[in-house]
Amino acid sequence: MNKSRDIYILFFILIAFFIVSVVYLSFGWLDIWGDGLGIITAAAVTLAMYSFLYKDNPVFKIAENLFVGVAMGYSIIIVWFNILKPDVFEALIVPVFKDTGKAPQYTVIVPTLLGLFMFLRFSSKLSWLSRWSFAFIVGMGAGIAIPNFINAILLRQLEPMFAPLYTGSFWGTINTLLVLIGVVSVLFYFFFSLEHKGVIGGVSVIGIWFLMIAFGASFGYTVMARMSLLIGRMQFLLKDWLGIIQ
Amino acid sequence: MNFLKRTVPMSIAFVMGILMAFQYYVPHEASQNLLKVVTKWGMIISGFAMFIGAYSLFHMHWNRIKQKVSGWGYSIFVFFGAGITIIFGLYNGGEFFWDDKQAGTMFDWIFDYVQVPAASTIFSILAFFMASAAYRTFRARNKEATILLISAIIVMLGRVPIGTMISQYIPIAADWIMSVPNLAAKRAILIGVSIGVIATSIKIIFGIERAYLGGGD
Repeated sequence: MNKSRDIYILFFILIAFFIVSVVYLSFGWLDIWGDGLGIITAAAVTLAMYSFLYKDNPVFKIAENLFVGVAMGYSIIIVWFNILKPDVFEALIVPVFKDTGKAPQYTVIVPTLLGLFMFLRFSSKLSWLSRWSFAFIVGMGAGIAIPNFINAILLRQLEPMFAPLYTGSFWGTINTLLVLIGVVSVLFYFFFSLEHKGVIGGVSVIGIWFLMIAFGASFGYTVMARMSLLIGRMQFLLKDWLGIIQ
Repeated sequence: MNFLKRTVPMSIAFVMGILMAFQYYVPHEASQNLLKVVTKWGMIISGFAMFIGAYSLFHMHWNRIKQKVSGWGYSIFVFFGAGITIIFGLYNGGEFFWDDKQAGTMFDWIFDYVQVPAASTIFSILAFFMASAAYRTFRARNKEATILLISAIIVMLGRVPIGTMISQYIPIAADWIMSVPNLAAKRAILIGVSIGVIATSIKIIFGIERAYLGGGD
């Protein structure tokens, strides 16, 4: 009973969407030779995704899988045009076979080989070669991370903690003191080498309160960011597609 | 063989780690060039790594189709979406993939009218699910949950006009939460994360942390 009702709803929505699209294109409210077809496609994708709010259904699953495929295809092409083409194909391969006035950059052979070694992950006999590639990336990342994290994050976050508490105003001073208490108490909460009892336990409880406020603020911020995306999609449907609002 | 399987990768990680860590403190042109070259090498290797991700995705969906598992028909759309995007990307508006990327091609059309709407719609759906999850879990069960609830409500109300309509102090309170207690907690978290990253990096460089080598010999 429910299944047949779902099928009816699905067909009704598809037919309604088709009629609306045809009407809008026929009356010239959407420019078929301009971005009309694009807007209709985007509206179809948007509605298909929102259909999940009713329940998991075939239209949503089709749109979801299509999106995954398109995203992967897009990534492949972007990697080619932004990385592999300029840095491998044009820097190494083309100058070897064609006189471009540029000497082949043979040093590129090293990362190319390391990149190709990654595919050996799928070979049972030679998968150990992929470790060389991972070691290069992980070692490089670790080496870059140490000074950068010290300079750009650790020292930058510690620096304001050593500023004078008195900022010239009463409330400014209170706020600076609260930030100091908050940082110290949260650090105490994350310090597990000592048991959280007595004074340390009390300080870490204050740390939990600060963390809860921060998590609440982050949650509120994330909800509002998603809301603005929702408003954006609604504006697209009502303004760009249907033209109901101006 | 153990030398090639364990010692060489650990040596690569050690040399690269030490080289890149010290490079930061050497303000010489050669040092800057080294960073540029090695960063580019890292990008190239990461570019190849992307194809491993693509292989995993296609392999999984191909198996779903081959074994005809429940809902296998949807996997066809993964290949359809990827195939059509790759074909138009390689066709590159008639200039083909060996030429520079052209603007305003069908590839860009697919990005603008399929990928962008689909991505932003999926993320906007989260607004509904977060609201329903919050309704179920945001109960003032104890002191900590109450603090979290009040903080979230003030920040949310402080970002919309209705907050000001309720009270002119709500946006001020939201700004205060963001710039004082939130800043303090985030600062402490960042300090902790930084120390953690530095410690892990040192462990990787000196071969104490070897999880990146994977299992086996």
